[in-house]
Amino acid sequence: MAKATMTTALFGGVLALGLSAAAPAGDDLATGKMLVDTCAGCHGTNGNSVGPASPTISAMDPLVFVDMMTAFAEDETYSTIMGRIARGYTEDEYELMGEYLHSLAYEPAKQEFDQALVDKGAKLHDRYCEKCHIEGGKPVPEEEDYYILAGQWTPYLKNAMSDFQAERRDLPKKMGRKLDSMLEAEGEESLAALYAFYAAYTDFESSGADDDEEDDD
Amino acid sequence: MTLNRRDFVKATGAIAAVGVLGVPAIALGEGKKVVVVGGGTGGATAAKYIKMADESIDVTIIEPNKDYYTCYLSNEVLSGERTLDQIKQGYDGLKARGIKVVHEAATGIDADKKVVKTTGGEYPYDRCVVSPGISLLYDKIEGYSEEVAQKLPHAWKAGEQTKLLRGQLEAMDDGGVVIITTPPNPFRCPPGPYERASQIAMYLKEHKPKSKVLILDTNQTFSKQGLFTQGWERLYGFGTDNALIEWQPGPDAAVVSVNPADMLVETGFGDEVKGAVINVIPPQAAGKIALDAGLADDSGWCPVDKKTFESTKVPGVHVIGDAAIATAMPKSAYSANSQAKVAAAAIIALLNGEEPGVPSYVNTCYSIIGKDYGISVAAVYKLSEDGSEIAGVEGAGGLTPTDAPDFALAREVQYAHSWYNNIVHDIFG
Repeated sequence: MAKATMTTALFGGVLALGLSAAAPAGDDLATGKMLVDTCAGCHGTNGNSVGPASPTISAMDPLVFVDMMTAFAEDETYSTIMGRIARGYTEDEYELMGEYLHSLAYEPAKQEFDQALVDKGAKLHDRYCEKCHIEGGKPVPEEEDYYILAGQWTPYLKNAMSDFQAERRDLPKKMGRKLDSMLEAEGEESLAALYAFYAAYTDFESSGADDDEEDDD
Repeated sequence: MTLNRRDFVKATGAIAAVGVLGVPAIALGEGKKVVVVGGGTGGATAAKYIKMADESIDVTIIEPNKDYYTCYLSNEVLSGERTLDQIKQGYDGLKARGIKVVHEAATGIDADKKVVKTTGGEYPYDRCVVSPGISLLYDKIEGYSEEVAQKLPHAWKAGEQTKLLRGQLEAMDDGGVVIITTPPNPFRCPPGPYERASQIAMYLKEHKPKSKVLILDTNQTFSKQGLFTQGWERLYGFGTDNALIEWQPGPDAAVVSVNPADMLVETGFGDEVKGAVINVIPPQAAGKIALDAGLADDSGWCPVDKKTFESTKVPGVHVIGDAAIATAMPKSAYSANSQAKVAAAAIIALLNGEEPGVPSYVNTCYSIIGKDYGISVAAVYKLSEDGSEIAGVEGAGGLTPTDAPDFALAREVQYAHSWYNNIVHDIFG
């Protein structure tokens, strides 16, 4: 996984200063806040959904956000309604939205889950998911390319997983392999255990999941 | 070195971070007063977003009712899918944010003195927001009145009226005809009458299958028409002899008078139709206070600057929600919520002597036709270049596709319910 270092961040900042002079004036763009506030009716105030099916979008990795919006707009990722809305914005606007969302505090979903499955889910996560969904799928704002799963709404995760499995959403090769091997070794109920783990894993004060059992791909 | 998009995002991110850190949060609105007339979807949202952006601004909502019943999802109360309590919202969340909520009725606005007058006193403002919803023009239908609405409910403002109509549906014998009359455009919630017909049909199908819903429409076409009729064909036998929903288009079917004693309605064509339950959704205009305060034009609705929602008739007063003329935006909850945020940002800028920023608007509207059968319409809007229109972004928005698979229609119901939870939390939480 790529890590954002201080050097690249600083270098990026310097480059951006150079670019901003050449780039068209941003006067005709709404601010990130103005754009993101329009999302709240479905995704919650400040991007924190009160559920159950529409996901929380606060604290997302801005790179992931831009990629997701692009995929929705181009129907590469299946959606009922998100694609129709995503097509209403330019890439510049996605970037402004992504940056603003990134700055918003993540509030894990308050939802019911099957306590008995949580430990099993934690082990499955460590074995099959942790390499990409680092820190147990929590937001890790100092990293990049993180995908939040912890504290996300379970009905949303289930819908997304069914889209992956039905090839309505681009399944990265590595994730496909991990998913296949998990389902083969652990059965369909392994997904329920993962959902329980992510629903339970909302104590963001503690450190990430135990990395010891992570397999080396 | 070439920059790919990701590098660029990273770079702009670094700049954004510098910006965020570089500007201390100063309470620029210190001592400024905003009075919001109407504690519904638009007003409550505006109050909350002004207060969230600058808590030093003194924000007061003038709203006669202690509770607010949302019109959205009130059709699920009619079918029994949801209780009346589940569409009841209160003001404790806004009060906890430091917003004052005064349960009095606004009686007028003195724009020269910058004062809102109420049944209880006077409230001075630097900027005023008016979000009065609609008034129902009972007298446009002969024989109809606020009093007659106790027998022939409109249920177009939720609460007691919703309860009344639900009670009538429950009390109705099997085999009865439920008449729904629709108003001329524009009106609150364009797909509402048709979702209502769907929800009532869902109830009848299970409990009173010999009954039917008859829509006597004032208009010749309606919102999401293709999707509704497709759903009705699939679920309610629409177009067959045993249809649970029948639709008759205007102008012939438009109801011009009602006879509550005999439970009859008369259409523009001259037909008399008997109903066991009659739901009259009357013609509409901006809420009464907007009419009284001179905010409306001859159309009965309020012209506004599309960038700030400031009235073009009364300076210093911003009109949002159903009452405002917002070009392409329908009179929906999501529109009111979205307009309120644009107005809130503009008001904060204006209070600070700044030019309001570029606005962005969205509408998202779900209709639940039956169990696991939802449809939607969405739009993203921008201010037109000359500032005269709120225009839909081309190539974006639109309807649920007519070939949507079953799982998607079921998912839209999940999203409709999530939409409800999130929007009421965004408004009142």
